[in-house]
Amino acid sequence: MRFTREPFESGGIGGVILPGLCGVGRMGVMTLQSLLMLPLQLSPRRLREVLRQMYLLGVKSLPVVTLVGMFMGMILALQAGLELRRYNQEMLIGAGVMISSLREMGPFMTGLILAACVGSAMAAQIGTMTVNDEIAALEIMSVNPIRYLVAPRMAAMVLMTPVLSFYACILSVVGGGIVAVTQLSVPFRQYMKVAMDFAQVYDLYVGLFKALVFGILVTGISCFEGFSTRQGAVGVGHATRNSVVKSFVFILVVGYIITRLFYDL
Amino acid sequence: MIRFEHVTKTLGGREVLSDLTFEIRKGEVFTIVGASGSGKSVTLKHIVRLLTPTSGAVWVGDTEVSAAGGATLEKARERFGYLFQGGALLGWMSVYENVALPLREKTRLPEGAIEQRVMEVLKMVGLENDGEKLPNEISGGMQKRAGLARAIVRQPEIVLYDEPTSGLDPVTSRTIDRLIRRLNTDLGITSVVVTHDLQGALMTSDRIAMLSEGKFIEIDAPAAFVKTTEPKARAFLDAQFISSEGLRL
Repeated sequence: MRFTREPFESGGIGGVILPGLCGVGRMGVMTLQSLLMLPLQLSPRRLREVLRQMYLLGVKSLPVVTLVGMFMGMILALQAGLELRRYNQEMLIGAGVMISSLREMGPFMTGLILAACVGSAMAAQIGTMTVNDEIAALEIMSVNPIRYLVAPRMAAMVLMTPVLSFYACILSVVGGGIVAVTQLSVPFRQYMKVAMDFAQVYDLYVGLFKALVFGILVTGISCFEGFSTRQGAVGVGHATRNSVVKSFVFILVVGYIITRLFYDL
Repeated sequence: MIRFEHVTKTLGGREVLSDLTFEIRKGEVFTIVGASGSGKSVTLKHIVRLLTPTSGAVWVGDTEVSAAGGATLEKARERFGYLFQGGALLGWMSVYENVALPLREKTRLPEGAIEQRVMEVLKMVGLENDGEKLPNEISGGMQKRAGLARAIVRQPEIVLYDEPTSGLDPVTSRTIDRLIRRLNTDLGITSVVVTHDLQGALMTSDRIAMLSEGKFIEIDAPAAFVKTTEPKARAFLDAQFISSEGLRL
């Protein structure tokens, strides 16, 4: 599979839309290929690379996920809590934090963090490899770059994104609890009881599924942008920026679609 | 062994190769020289289908690589080693792991046999004591030699060299040139070299071809090549202090 951007002669809207659609199509094919290659990552040689990637994208993202998860819960609790206090309902704040974290904010924020931290690094690394002929070298050695570079990253992302999302949810609830206790005078036991009463396994599963899809999207977009890199250092910069912007857009759009599919109006 | 049939390649609206037809014989060192942007690297990339012709065909043995895909292309590429300008070593792997990569990925050799073969080729290029170093910890010349070790580790029939001596000091350049010649005489490897360095080309090549504006303006053995009267080729030779008698000091 080649990753060149085909030139389109037609100007106007067609000249913008057609290459865009072709790009999305090629990215989709590459993502699908890497997903189909996941079972091949179980061999001992490949597993070592998967574990390395899990460390790089999972463990190294923990500090920022911790910080964002915690403050996400604190902000949710503060904003919603101030409104609820007007109706003397602040003891219900745990429910709001729990539901919004499980359903939406946990996977959403994890996806955005991974797109910004991990996806951009993936695009930059693969982009640099592309302009330095390292991808061409792999092709000439008959080493499939998708199997060798994308599939281990995809495997690591598929495994780590739901875990990180769950971790972000827990910290969000903890952060909300801190605000509930210190700012809204809700006892922590009361806060947690309400939160757990409103926690649904269904919400958790949908949230984890969303995180999984976001992980696949971020990996697919970032690796594809890396492979499409042209024109040296400037191209690497463009690829990095494009990977982040496109990941954000896809996370928002796909996130909405998943929510709409799993929650009836 | 390698045949270009009326190959034309257009890149960005410019015709880089123009109806190019030539053949590289089995076991020879064939060097392509020419000014920057004359299409030397583009020619080389067509041989392994990193680029495809706008029109025409490229044959390697009985395989039309310009039209090959999937398993046919993979099989055709297994006959090649390719030394890229910068070495194209994977940055997060040591020199040893880079050289071992094709064996680990494309063969079922046990680790002991891989180690033996890797050390053999590292010794061949003089890097037997640098296997544990990362690419950014070694010099440009060493990176090229490591890239060459990786290119030959699977004992290819044909090795393609893209500017093997560019950016290197004269001593290292001559070391690389001697290596190219030795691989050809000792192992019978067919070599295609793209270079600006005419002195090296005269030392290593069986035939030298000069590419200008997408066409070969001169193809000959080194002794005959230096006697060319073709104005562009003559200017190229003069610019590197090479007279019709050879090197002029």
